[in-house]
Amino acid sequence: MENTITEVLYLISIVIFIIGLKGLSHPESARKGNLTAGAGMGLAILVALFAPIAGGDNNYQWIVGAMMVGSIIGLIAAKRVALTSMPEMVSLFNGLGGATAMIIGFVEFYNLSAGQEMMSATVLTNLFALVVGAVSFSGSLIAWGKLNGSLRDSLKLPLPHVINILTLVAIIGFSAYIMMQPTLPFNLVILLTALSLFYGIAFVTPIGGGDMPVVISLLNSFTGIGAAGAGLIYANHVMIIGGILVGASGTILTVLMCKAMNRSLLNVIIGGLGSKGSGAGSDREQVIKEANSGDLAIQLKYASKVSIVPGYGLAVAQAQHVCHELEHTLEAEGVEVKYAIHPVAGRMPGHMNVLLAEADVSYDKLQELEQANEDFNSTDVVLVIGANDVVNPAAKEDSSSPIYGMPILDVEQAKKVVVLKRSMRSGYAGIENPLFFGENTNMLFGDAKESLNKLKEEVKNA
Amino acid sequence: MDIIIQFLSDNLPMITILILASFLGMEVIGKVPTVLHTPLMSGANAISGVVVIGAIILIRRAEANDYLTLSLGAVGIALAMINVAGGFAVTDRMLDMFKKKKK
Repeated sequence: MENTITEVLYLISIVIFIIGLKGLSHPESARKGNLTAGAGMGLAILVALFAPIAGGDNNYQWIVGAMMVGSIIGLIAAKRVALTSMPEMVSLFNGLGGATAMIIGFVEFYNLSAGQEMMSATVLTNLFALVVGAVSFSGSLIAWGKLNGSLRDSLKLPLPHVINILTLVAIIGFSAYIMMQPTLPFNLVILLTALSLFYGIAFVTPIGGGDMPVVISLLNSFTGIGAAGAGLIYANHVMIIGGILVGASGTILTVLMCKAMNRSLLNVIIGGLGSKGSGAGSDREQVIKEANSGDLAIQLKYASKVSIVPGYGLAVAQAQHVCHELEHTLEAEGVEVKYAIHPVAGRMPGHMNVLLAEADVSYDKLQELEQANEDFNSTDVVLVIGANDVVNPAAKEDSSSPIYGMPILDVEQAKKVVVLKRSMRSGYAGIENPLFFGENTNMLFGDAKESLNKLKEEVKNA
Repeated sequence: MDIIIQFLSDNLPMITILILASFLGMEVIGKVPTVLHTPLMSGANAISGVVVIGAIILIRRAEANDYLTLSLGAVGIALAMINVAGGFAVTDRMLDMFKKKKK
């Protein structure tokens, strides 16, 4: 009787999860969807806390203490994190979920009853939660380090692909070996945990920082699958279905992100954007022209159509607000201003939209790639602010370029392109950008926020 | 071969649930505008914190003097709760900005 009530309540939380996720995928219902999913989680946790359980001492003081510590840390972290650092925050959160799946697998092995047959679903699901959780945990930490800049791309293991495959083979081999033993070799479980943690590191380290969003999305789906694996240990439906929903959504997102970069997932994982320069720059004249903000202000003021291409540099300089002010100033002068958003602008698909939304930029000013490319030839001035790889013509012209084939914003079609950049350093993918040497391109060096502020004042005074 | 058949027949309901849930996940999420990719990823990430339930069951089943299970389980709960609470809160923060825009 009580078991039935438990199962029904779990079923209700599953339905709430699904409704929440569905809500999250439409702009007008997204916020409610998130809260709905949160409520589903709350219900599921309550059921897990109070459902009748066979054996055990409940140990509520441990549970409540740990839940409070975790919730407080999580809420504070979520409140404090800067919007620009959101992708790495998601990566870190994701790793912690993976760590929990790993811990569950590990402790369940430690507590495995003596008579447990090794060749069984119990052992298999334990192994699965342990391995997937550990890979997701260490991999997410590496991705987190790469995104916040504390781990450099140059940090690489020798022969990464060989090490990767050997580690993966060893993990599968040891898992199979463990299942074939008459009793549990616990030392091997420890070794397997270490190997899985190492695999996460070896898997993510060779992948370039520019591809981290794809990796985070993939690891997100790993954590979901790991949670489902842990759910199988307890035959807990809400964990299994919740985990698989995340696994599936992470996979879909990963594929969508790869599509936006015109690359296959395999290419991202194996290829890893190298830092080799492109050959296209060499047959162009390598001269850059610096823009003068006074002249530029006048050009902007008398332009009829201006397009802004924001990139991660804009976000880092916290310049989205000034950018919005400049947009206002120009509109007051009768200039039509649009934002051209590349699907992978920022560090994750949609990241740039979040940042611009924070600065109150209106939805209908944001153009997607195709629309923007149609409009560029009738645009007078394109301001490229802290973006680089997404406007690199090498992606179209130079088949030897590592980003060849990625759809770009074709800003060269515009009458004039002004690139606001801190320095001549290459972008996240580490390749030269022939756009900077283009005939109608001018460079405006300096901090994006200062440059935009100055431009805004000059437009007002011009 | 026997082992595989045995495994399948023992776990058929679970396997059915797994497969159906994967299709459901893809269908529910399949058509999302790019704008929502980051919040969706963040929200889905919070849902993956559902693994906290496993850690809760782990501790509830433990003996009161099994300190290894209790302490590792507590670490697991704390980490997963960071994922859950932080994940939903950060997603709400992102989506809050979209809402402000609409008026």
